[in-house]
Amino acid sequence: MNSYLIRNVSVLGAAPTDLLLRDGVVAEAGPGLSAPGATVVDADGLVALPGLVDLHTHLREPGREDAETVETGSRAAALGGYTAVCAMANTSPVADTAGVVEQVWRLGREAGLVDVQPIGAVTVGLAGERLAELGAMADSAARVRIFSDDGHCVADPRLMRRALEYVKAFDGIIAQHAEEPRLTEGAQMHEGEVSTRLGLTGWPAVAEEAIIARDVLLAEHVGSRLHVCHVSCAGSVEVLRQAKARGVRVTAEVTPHHLLLTDARAETYDPVYKVNPPLRTATDIAALRAALVDGVIDIIATDHAPHAVEDKECEWAYARPGMLGLETALSIALDVLGPEWDLIAERMSRTPARIAGLTEHGHDPAPGAPANLTLVDPAARRVIDPAESASRSRNTPYARMALPGRIVATFLRGEATVLDGKAVK
Amino acid sequence: MIRHLLSGADLDADTATQILDTAAEMAAVAGREVKKLPALRGRTVVNLFYEDSTRTRISFEAAAKRLSADVINFSAKGSSVAKGESLKDTALTLQAMGADAVVVRHSASGAPHRLAGWVDGSVINAGDGTHEHPTQALLDAYTMRSRLGRLAGLSVVVVGDVLHSRVARSNVLLLSTLGAKVTLVGPPTLIPVDIAAALAPGTDVCYDLDAVLPSADVVMMLRVQRERMNDSYFPSAREYARRYGLDGARMRRMPGHAIVMHPGPMNRGMEITPEVADSPRSTIVEQVANGVSVRMAVLYLLLGGNNR
Repeated sequence: MNSYLIRNVSVLGAAPTDLLLRDGVVAEAGPGLSAPGATVVDADGLVALPGLVDLHTHLREPGREDAETVETGSRAAALGGYTAVCAMANTSPVADTAGVVEQVWRLGREAGLVDVQPIGAVTVGLAGERLAELGAMADSAARVRIFSDDGHCVADPRLMRRALEYVKAFDGIIAQHAEEPRLTEGAQMHEGEVSTRLGLTGWPAVAEEAIIARDVLLAEHVGSRLHVCHVSCAGSVEVLRQAKARGVRVTAEVTPHHLLLTDARAETYDPVYKVNPPLRTATDIAALRAALVDGVIDIIATDHAPHAVEDKECEWAYARPGMLGLETALSIALDVLGPEWDLIAERMSRTPARIAGLTEHGHDPAPGAPANLTLVDPAARRVIDPAESASRSRNTPYARMALPGRIVATFLRGEATVLDGKAVK
Repeated sequence: MIRHLLSGADLDADTATQILDTAAEMAAVAGREVKKLPALRGRTVVNLFYEDSTRTRISFEAAAKRLSADVINFSAKGSSVAKGESLKDTALTLQAMGADAVVVRHSASGAPHRLAGWVDGSVINAGDGTHEHPTQALLDAYTMRSRLGRLAGLSVVVVGDVLHSRVARSNVLLLSTLGAKVTLVGPPTLIPVDIAAALAPGTDVCYDLDAVLPSADVVMMLRVQRERMNDSYFPSAREYARRYGLDGARMRRMPGHAIVMHPGPMNRGMEITPEVADSPRSTIVEQVANGVSVRMAVLYLLLGGNNR
């Protein structure tokens, strides 16, 4: 095992210090450390954060290895400062059995760039008809705790109630893609002024708000844990605020793109801006940002959704929804929140690790903590070039934008996965 | 002159007026024994139709041929991502064939915008999904101007399924640019949200057809597809016709000079009765004839026929 001596690093914005990573943990912290044989990393001007944890990643393997694999997605994650990602279940075959989740988990271990924690499907084949073998996935080597039909809403209220109840036996959590399907048939973008102008079928905010309202009531009724994926509208924030005030066990995520981009992007008809839930209005963005700061929204999750070129280089209506996110998420967070390091660590590492039950992650770099951390250059600005992405896909909505911050190094259990801004393998 | 015609919003008042004036000159050609001008000789116009629309395709074909262009009809009906060639590959094929203009009809809103990014020639939107149909708006404006002598200050009532209508969107944009006042009428389920803010701030919405007829200069009826009632936009064809259909009694409440328009094809008995469609106020057949002149003007001006 290698050891690393990180010199003059600012842990979460504090005064510069040294960190010694040895045997998978932060062995020592303090100014002027010496460690013969350790690889020295000059971190002058860099900020150390606990390794980021993404609760919502699409790795596409098995099934769409042309768009992403566990390995390429893991590399993109490490380059984005992540040490753990939760892989969504909508693969082909669907991750609705112990066999598939164990396969994804094993591929993650083999890639060895981040911890890949599989999410299991709630229903067989994501079809929304009967429960998948949730317990078998929980008991598998992948130790699944989060279940989601993401991409589809568990729309049947009885099935949703049963799922919420059933997973209590193993402290599971249902991550809901909140979209009332009868209100979004054929929907292409946010329903509003822009959809009217562009003649694209609208996806009304109420389709999200109605499901969240129903689900917080169900979670309250059965006393279960609910997580709401990719909250996109101001109205949803208010529903969540009220539920949390009542003590409902609900957590919620927002994506980087919903914090930054509006539905006006659709005016290009370029499907790189097509995503589900859709980009919404400046009013929604303001509400989401405020909720992220005040904690009504608990975390930032990327919804990293790679797609092959041919699935985006076409008519808007025929394109698949989704955007890349792993390699740009921290930059968007910096852009939106500013250098609020403690808040960033809370929303992108500690809380998502806690929700997912990833006990080795989400710890600030301090003596004895697992050495899962990332080093950020907050002074850097970079212009996003899709061709430079480590993802196998190129569907980033931030092409040609100048964004703050750059990941210089990432460590997983004390081993470097990224050094000098480059993946080590 | 603009390079592409994708939306009614691409036209400012001067450009739109230039097209209408040029169309009037083109109409004069139609009255001659030899209905042909050499303006676009040697130029290639491709009609790329992903949707059946015999009337629009024939109209563009006649327009291009009267200007002596070579016309290629490319029917890609039933094409989708799953089957057949992608829009991009088709665009590159047309580009390689040296298409000077591509006239495109597509069921997906925005397809002409995508196409315009992939070809060097001019792209003319001949109807895209539920978005726009700008040459229809131009021929409607031309028809109004011919019948009523002006566009500025006209009160134009557009009735029906505005939500799914590309004709309505293009007309609201173009007519507002040219100074007409547009009022949209239909059941609230078929009027899209924020329509005035989305298209033209002066646009009015009214759910009561009878209230607006006495002050209308133009009443434009939109085609309403019967299958909309299976989607609960309205309870039945009969109720729709009763509340929003134009019959003889309603027509007689319009001012004496007011005209009735319809982009076709009509559902007689649904949004319009035969008595109205066949009355002297109806401009429906004129609209078809004017369509050729207006499309000649668009092709001529976009392809720089005036510079040769």
